[in-house]
Amino acid sequence: MARIGVFICHCGENISATVDVVKVAEVASTFAGVAFSTEYKYMCSAPGQDKIVQAIKEHKLTGIVVAACSPRMHEQTFRKATAEGGINPFLCEMANIREHCSWVHDRTDETTDKAIDIVRTLVAKVRRNAPLFPIKVPVTKTALVIGGGIGGIQAALDIANAGHKVIMVEKQPSIGGHMSQLSETFPTLDCSQCILTPRMVEVSQHPNITLHTYAEVESISGFIGNFDVKIKMKAKSVDSSKCTGCGECWQKCPNKKIPDEFNAGLSNRTAIYTPFPQAVPNKPVIDRVNCTWFTKGGKCGICKKMCKAEAIDYEMQDSFIDIKVGAIVTATGFDLKHTDFFPEYGYGEFKDVIDGMQFERLASASGPTAGVIRRPSDGKIPENIVFIACAGSRDKAKGIEYCSKICCMYTAKHAMLYKHKNHAGKAYVFYMDIRAGGKGYDEFVRRAIEEDEVQYIRGRVSRVYEKDGKLMVKGVDTLMNSTPVDIEADMVVLATAIVANKDSEALAQKLHISYDKHHFFAEAHPKLKPVETNTAGIMLAGACQSAKDIPETVSQASASASKAIALFSNSEMSRDPSVASVNNTNCTGCLLCMEVCPYLAIDKEEIKDRSGNLMRYAARVNSGLCQGCGTCVAMCRNKSIDLQGFSNEQMLGEVMSLLNKPF
Amino acid sequence: MKIGYYPGCSLEGTSKEYSDSLFAVAEKCGITLEAINDWNCCGASAAHSMNHDLAVALPARTLALAEQQGLTEIVIPCAACYSRLSQSQNELNDNYVTKSRIESYLDLKISGTIKLLTVIDFLKKYIYPVADQHVVNKLNQKTACYYGCMLVRPKEITVIERTEDPLEMEDVMKIAGATPVKWAYKTECCGAGLSVSKTDIVAKLSGKILEDAVSNGAESIIVACPMCHMNLDMRRPEIKKQINKDINIPVLFITQALGLSMGIAADKLGLNKHFVDTDTAVKCIIKKEA
Repeated sequence: MARIGVFICHCGENISATVDVVKVAEVASTFAGVAFSTEYKYMCSAPGQDKIVQAIKEHKLTGIVVAACSPRMHEQTFRKATAEGGINPFLCEMANIREHCSWVHDRTDETTDKAIDIVRTLVAKVRRNAPLFPIKVPVTKTALVIGGGIGGIQAALDIANAGHKVIMVEKQPSIGGHMSQLSETFPTLDCSQCILTPRMVEVSQHPNITLHTYAEVESISGFIGNFDVKIKMKAKSVDSSKCTGCGECWQKCPNKKIPDEFNAGLSNRTAIYTPFPQAVPNKPVIDRVNCTWFTKGGKCGICKKMCKAEAIDYEMQDSFIDIKVGAIVTATGFDLKHTDFFPEYGYGEFKDVIDGMQFERLASASGPTAGVIRRPSDGKIPENIVFIACAGSRDKAKGIEYCSKICCMYTAKHAMLYKHKNHAGKAYVFYMDIRAGGKGYDEFVRRAIEEDEVQYIRGRVSRVYEKDGKLMVKGVDTLMNSTPVDIEADMVVLATAIVANKDSEALAQKLHISYDKHHFFAEAHPKLKPVETNTAGIMLAGACQSAKDIPETVSQASASASKAIALFSNSEMSRDPSVASVNNTNCTGCLLCMEVCPYLAIDKEEIKDRSGNLMRYAARVNSGLCQGCGTCVAMCRNKSIDLQGFSNEQMLGEVMSLLNKPF
Repeated sequence: MKIGYYPGCSLEGTSKEYSDSLFAVAEKCGITLEAINDWNCCGASAAHSMNHDLAVALPARTLALAEQQGLTEIVIPCAACYSRLSQSQNELNDNYVTKSRIESYLDLKISGTIKLLTVIDFLKKYIYPVADQHVVNKLNQKTACYYGCMLVRPKEITVIERTEDPLEMEDVMKIAGATPVKWAYKTECCGAGLSVSKTDIVAKLSGKILEDAVSNGAESIIVACPMCHMNLDMRRPEIKKQINKDINIPVLFITQALGLSMGIAADKLGLNKHFVDTDTAVKCIIKKEA
């Protein structure tokens, strides 16, 4: 026979102002199975919790209902008190009479009646609660970091410095990401490579970090603490263990006209190449799509002849390795819209209309112009330069409603860098709003305007077109009574929108994590779980989640790392036991549940007779993977699968109690 | 083959030559255009700036009559009429409440299934496939194709790709043997209805369009909208006052240019009805090489 204790909380006046709490406690004492009922001003306070502990002992209670706020607030608190009283914590439930009742109704008799009904349903549920025990899962203390940009580097170093193993996977031939392409960084104008390259080297030399470049995640299975990952190592065509990085091969490669990704297409590279001089690892790969040996069936072969270390291997195949990791940090970064996305700015046909990353390369000492800002068409130093902020961003018509966040700052930086190098030149910035909400950011923009005399024009540019070797920029100044502005420019820089990587959707599907409509990865909660994903054990860092600048990316990466380190602090982890379980005597093995499970937590179990002959199949739940969503329960035709803590019987008990019918 | 036709006010008045040349080209290709009986005004800019229901109801009546007449496709040469009719049809199809209200005003039923064609859609669908048989001449000049606003906007109703730099008219002109030029003002505003009330603004805007066409080497401007044609052709004296320059480039309707390439006589295409002399365009015609 159940002996349930009911505790009604006043929540100061939050509940008692509209609900007659004394009456609720009185009526609750008459419910079947209730052995004790009381009310108190603050159940969550220490004396409030102590009431539960005492009542369990005095009244030999077998279940607890606390009628108070949402279980999201205090379920843990009261379950802990219940355990302290000596019974299983999962025998305690909360009846939400605050958010669901007192906060949304006036003080009337009906409000109190509703509170009574809510308590009634939970009493009916607790009568059917069974003791549950946290699920223990072992933890593999190795982290996988996907992406070797500044986000991945930071996360990897933090985890490795805490003494755990890290495997980093980067799809490019070198780590460094977009940050390695930048010239100077806002708001301090320190050189990007100078602060980044030491960290890149640290990654490659760290005893706890294994680095796989030119590699991609092929598939992932498993669950938090126990992921199985297959990694595809793309054929580099160069044996890294033999290669000395001497450079003989790429200096002699005859195929020199391949657009250089690192220089954003502003210069060319060879087919065998390292992306940039400070690349980590500083060993080349062969770009087989463009290499004559591979495109023309074995003609050329010059690099192999030149290589004294005999490291060139045209026969090398893609290979796969299997690894086990406990946590995954996804730091795959972003992509930029290119100038060809903008019909009104020439569809990418005008050579001197460039994007922000191209300007970074022009301004960079390691770039194609050695840091002299020259326009791509004829190499002239521009006398008039126009920057267009929000190119694509915040533009519903272009399908990108969001703010790309970093463009206000880097546009100010670009204009400043231009003015520092060309004092007589004129720099104009067309903008919608200036969003400079970071430490030292607004001061930086003001410096561009006030000290460097960059002319900021608030308005949009409707068209850019070529006329007599100049770029005609037609815009409007909305602070000057919407006066049309026409500027003859030598170069136009578009601060193009930040978008998700084109393969981000495919990766999200491999990882089983959610993503938004723009294909940025989704965090588990926008405020309270900003670095976790909906799949336990997978964290996010940097611009793969949303547009971010360097400081924000680094902060998020460290936060992700701390989540991984916390997970690795025990060799076993506990999970909430609210997961599905199968009654495999009744299960017919139709496996509809397997089809619908979004977490791939259900598989097929062979049911054998005593002599080991296969009799039939049944569903089997992997409690490590199951997130307790209940989809399988809804699909099961003969109720052979149930959710622990939310069983069919418990739910039906709640409903029947509302109808005042016995069950 | 028979296709419906909605003239609107311009095609029967100021732009008679647009209508003449469209009929001449259609006839040449064996297509009969059948006007909607008892059609009425599309409402133009007046209706939709005053009363929303009126702006939907006026085109709706025309659409209902066309349906009664058994037409399944109508070509609407005037860009503004096309915009009004298709916006009305879109709204009737999207909003059941509006539809039943409008139907009760008109005491007519509308199924909303008629396919509406701009002149470019019409040429693409019906003239392209037979163009080879009928194009006998080459329009041997550089042309600037001018789209203006209504032909390409709003994106929700127009089917033109690359709204900021469309190429559909250029395709037609290539069939006619002309060389389309690249220029920047093809979708800029001509000033439209301000022609009457604020002629100076129209002169300024249209002047810029003409200047850009000429500076990019165009010898004629090709249009597909009566309003654009009127502003670019008729407002030359006012334009001259604004830009202090004489510009003599002729402005042809796309159907006139295509008609010339099909060997149709200039008079029949209404090329004698323009303010700016069209002789240069007529005289540039050469026989198409076999």
